[in-house]
Amino acid sequence: MADNKKLKEDVLAISGVNVRKCMKCGKCSGTCPSYGEMEYHPHQFVSMVESGDIEKLMQSESIYKCLSCMACVERCPRGVEPGKLVEAIRLISIRRKDANRLTPDRISELLDEDMPQQALVTAFRKYTK
Amino acid sequence: MKVSYYPGCTLRNKAKELDRCARECAQILGFELCEIENWQCCGGAYTSSTDEIATKLSSVRALKAAGELDRPLITVCSACHNVIKRTNLAMKEEEFAGKVNAYMAQDADFTTPYGGETEVYHYLEFLRDKIGFDSVKEKVKNPLTGRKIAAYYGCLLLRPSKAMAFDDPENPTVLEDFIRALGAEPVIYPARNECCGGYVVLEDKDSAKRKSATVSESAKGHGADSIVTACPLCRYNLMKSGSELPVVYFTELLAEALGAKEAENG
Ligand code: SF4
Ligand code: SF4
Repeated sequence: MADNKKLKEDVLAISGVNVRKCMKCGKCSGTCPSYGEMEYHPHQFVSMVESGDIEKLMQSESIYKCLSCMACVERCPRGVEPGKLVEAIRLISIRRKDANRLTPDRISELLDEDMPQQALVTAFRKYTK
Repeated sequence: MKVSYYPGCTLRNKAKELDRCARECAQILGFELCEIENWQCCGGAYTSSTDEIATKLSSVRALKAAGELDRPLITVCSACHNVIKRTNLAMKEEEFAGKVNAYMAQDADFTTPYGGETEVYHYLEFLRDKIGFDSVKEKVKNPLTGRKIAAYYGCLLLRPSKAMAFDDPENPTVLEDFIRALGAEPVIYPARNECCGGYVVLEDKDSAKRKSATVSESAKGHGADSIVTACPLCRYNLMKSGSELPVVYFTELLAEALGAKEAENG
């Protein structure tokens, strides 16, 4: 339980999000372009962080389905910024596991000749520590 | 007028046209893009977490280099612009800036700490605010009359608006005004500020395809004959989604309208 408390503190600290501002309107999830691909939706990230249920979020594929498009951050009427929670949880997850989502040996199979460098560097920044 | 320029990695490779047209058009419009020396890749994405310091350093170095020359910093790629502008805002916070400067103090050429002083503009923003779309219009040699162009903002140009301060995030006008200045007709369509799928394309092509198809179909459904973007990854995703409309960079349109190619040929 102590670990759980620490985890919640870490997520709140590095995301800078105040989950208690959330009024549970669901607008963030309504606007999320990855809604259909996520097991946990942006508003659930907020409520599950609040209740300390972070381990489930860390294990979920949902953290890799987020596009960092900031639609939920922009459109939350309470300024909660759920996308920043997703980012913080993804970071803690790839840092802790020391198991990067993306490894350099996979690059050649993922690339095609039109793909901009931007796609690669961004994916590395998001998926790798 | 000389301004500092940060091209970024993609403009050196897959998006050479975006870069070349930007430079040529700047000359015609009376400003010079002076590339920053020894710039490093911005990393493609801003990491919002407050304990991420090292990933911000390349942006801070570029910002500082422009500041030392007392010039604004211009970017063309939406992603570089997003990363650099958000980093600049973060550097205005004392605690964060303190950590970054402590890191930077290890650089051999470190002189003074940086605190977010440099002005950052996207090229479009610079045209609108410093050159003026009226002046752009006066320089148009080949008006794009009769073309119906869908402006695609995606997410990076506008959000988060607190940091980007670029345009109204839900009802933007800068690209539409730009299109009008070039003599074409802007097409307003609902998906113009929705995400193309971004970097997720690397591991989930279908996911990106679905998002991009929503955008290109929305543009087509509203009568556009082409889509204009400032982002190489948006362009890639839209093209790979099977967009029936051509997707061009805004600087290519500008070069066409200003007759930049003709000027180059003599
Ligand atoms: S939009 Fe904001 S207030 Fe509404 S559920 Fe999402 S986080 Fe909570
Ligand atoms: S930032 Fe992530 S969670 Fe938020 S709307 Fe975009 S894809 Fe969804």
